[in-house]
Amino acid sequence: MAVLLAVSLVVFLAVFAVGDPVELLINPEATQHEREMMVRALGLDRPVWMQYLTFLGNAMQGDLGISFVHGEPALQIIIERMPATFELVFFALLIASLVGIPLGLYVGLNSDASLSRAIMTGSILGYSIPNFWKGMMLILLLSVWLHWLPTSGRGETVDILGIPVSFLTWDGVRHLVMPVLNLAIPNTALMIRLTASGAAEARTQDYVKFARAKGVRPQRIVRRHILRNILIPVITVLGIEFGALIAFSTITETVFAWPGMGKLLITSIYRLDRPVVVSYVMLITFLFVLINLIVDLIYAALDPRVKLMDRAP
Amino acid sequence: MRTNFLHVLSFLTLPILLPVGASAATLTVGLASEPTSTDPHYHSFTPNNGLARSLYGALVTTDANQKTVPDLATAWSVEGDNVWTFNLRKGVKFSNGVPFTAKDVIFTFCRVRNNPQAISDYFGNPVTNFVKVETPDDHTVRITTKVPEPLLPERMAEMAILSAGIVKHGEIAFDLANGCGVTGEWPTLARFNSGEDAIGTGPFKLTKYTKGAGVELARNENYWGEKPAWEKVTLLPIPNAGPRLAGLLAGNYDLVENPAARDVKQLEGDPRFGVTIRPSNRVIFLQMDVSKDQSPSVVTQNGTNPFKDERVRRAISMAIDRDTIVKRIMDGAAAPASQFVPETMFGAQPNPEPLIYDPEGAKKLLAEAGYPNGFKVTFAATNDRYINDSQVAQAIAQYLSRVGIQADVDAMTASIFFTRRSKSEFVLSMGGWGSTTGGASSFLQQFVATLDKDRGVGRSNYGGWSDPAFDAVILKAIATVDETKRAELLREAGKLALQKLPDIPIHFESTIWAFRKGIQFEGRMDQYTLPALAKAVK
Repeated sequence: MAVLLAVSLVVFLAVFAVGDPVELLINPEATQHEREMMVRALGLDRPVWMQYLTFLGNAMQGDLGISFVHGEPALQIIIERMPATFELVFFALLIASLVGIPLGLYVGLNSDASLSRAIMTGSILGYSIPNFWKGMMLILLLSVWLHWLPTSGRGETVDILGIPVSFLTWDGVRHLVMPVLNLAIPNTALMIRLTASGAAEARTQDYVKFARAKGVRPQRIVRRHILRNILIPVITVLGIEFGALIAFSTITETVFAWPGMGKLLITSIYRLDRPVVVSYVMLITFLFVLINLIVDLIYAALDPRVKLMDRAP
Repeated sequence: MRTNFLHVLSFLTLPILLPVGASAATLTVGLASEPTSTDPHYHSFTPNNGLARSLYGALVTTDANQKTVPDLATAWSVEGDNVWTFNLRKGVKFSNGVPFTAKDVIFTFCRVRNNPQAISDYFGNPVTNFVKVETPDDHTVRITTKVPEPLLPERMAEMAILSAGIVKHGEIAFDLANGCGVTGEWPTLARFNSGEDAIGTGPFKLTKYTKGAGVELARNENYWGEKPAWEKVTLLPIPNAGPRLAGLLAGNYDLVENPAARDVKQLEGDPRFGVTIRPSNRVIFLQMDVSKDQSPSVVTQNGTNPFKDERVRRAISMAIDRDTIVKRIMDGAAAPASQFVPETMFGAQPNPEPLIYDPEGAKKLLAEAGYPNGFKVTFAATNDRYINDSQVAQAIAQYLSRVGIQADVDAMTASIFFTRRSKSEFVLSMGGWGSTTGGASSFLQQFVATLDKDRGVGRSNYGGWSDPAFDAVILKAIATVDETKRAELLREAGKLALQKLPDIPIHFESTIWAFRKGIQFEGRMDQYTLPALAKAVK
């Protein structure tokens, strides 16, 4: 709660300090009278502390204000865009985990193999190429030259429980591939490196040596002892990445004109649409708190030493 | 970069993997920015107004050169200075099949005054000047204004006509105090965006509007004019120029607006694509502060404000090589400006004296004015509002430094620039202005006339210029209903402004459209990308 309050205050004041949205919204040929009416209608004629208090009062009742640009409730506009971003991030991280963790394990367990070196070199590339450039290269290669995939947009969607998703139509999948790939590549690289270093470290631990001496089958050692131990940092990073991608996959969404939240954020900042920017940041803060909670719960499931509540001894 | 391997690969896979090729009767358009609503009276914003022209008709419309031409009214005339008569087109139907009559016009006038969600009163404002609106018959509308409004036809071109059938109503009459006979709820933004109320007489009708993801249109089979070639049109917002052009190259879009000027050469050399470059109504110009005696942004030896001196302003204009800026920085997608509106516009100078490049002459003028060693000034500009704006500003600063004026460019994002400019914080700045209504009067009354809030002139005169002789002419011009006389007065006012140069025109931006083979697109001065204007050719 305190976090949300602090965040809302900082963002509110920051957007206020940047400039006057009326200058961007109003038709430049508008008369003085029209301008004053607009300022009043948006509530910008009152001092900034009063604007903030009004905002807080309304926020308590779940009303985060009406978008200056769209004329509809800010929260509703953001939530409308949420499914598109969630879909993108979910598939990106799914691919990152399904590809990254096994590859990382292989590298960690066979660190001297030449294939391992190749994977590690590739992962450095995957992690360090700028997102924007990579997106443009994907478009150039897969769309402009090969004509395999559409360049941008979301394609056809179907409603599931009232939520539009695109992974169930062929057209939607074709639109999904490139943005998902663009988000998945750096995350796959991250997963590889994280898993590899964890596995390499765990391999030399006493409990692994002991299990090996005991004659446990190698596969069981990997599954039961190594993987389970290294999953904790992996889950933590996955959680953080999930939040970060939901909030700030801005670049990928802009390059592929994906109608998600990141694209909304960037256009709202340009147009000083304060209600949307403030609601956005508050929502993301809330989301991060929630993700951290979920990550903690997963810890407890994975690591018997972590207990959610101290039981009496 | 393009290797043979890729060629072979693309050749092999092309036939299998191209299932969604654009079929003949559909048009997919890549827009640079997205319409924020389908309500034509919500926000006067280029993408919204462009969409409105596809969906709705108006009494009058404007052609590609911004000349007023008939739309729902076939003819109009004015008696005296205050009574306008519009004769409506017969046999017109809305997209839902309901006939269009004078009642719909009255309803529209009432709706723009009953539109609390609108972002400003821009659309409602002209109606505040109406004393009465009468309909002698179903196809005649007679408007009586309080004060003469010479631009009434142009104002009507901006007002999309709605169908009275979208609300519950009794007898519709122009009686604002009593709700005009409307008994139900006035139309809302949400009802327009859902498509329920988005019913007009335009060439297309709305199929689907999804915020952020695009607009789908279908041909309006009830359209009174020449029906467009496209059964279906999809307008997709792709704000980034690179991916937008890539979409055209990849065959996903048929027509895109504003590709980067530097890519035009490549497109022009490619037989698969066509390009249209059209000068727009937007002038890029320098504005100077001529009212302050001193300013921290300008440093001179004698501590004065040099811009007060006409010779200094003239020298700045002479120091700039407009042709080179247009050729090198704008890649040819602009035209050098010697006045504030394009020559084809109403009230423009037919043959303005060219603003020539003469750095030696500029130095001489500066010395005469008492600044032989020049001076130092902060030059404010945007870096994300106009085409290549920060590069143009850099180039101008270099030209100024060649005549001894040290101009430090302070380029900033538009939201900050416009806020600071409105507080008159800049002593030298580069702005842009699109003259959408009123021809030459738009720029002159906004930027050159002395600020007078009651008359609504001089609102952007941030430099504090004031010339009584000019004011007398422009105020007379904007109150003159007779078109010939008004054009003459505007030419006179324009000449006065160019003599003293309180603002210095640099160039007119051009708008660029790129499209695939098989389409012809003419382009417009007002920058609207209207799908109805895309013609299918073989």
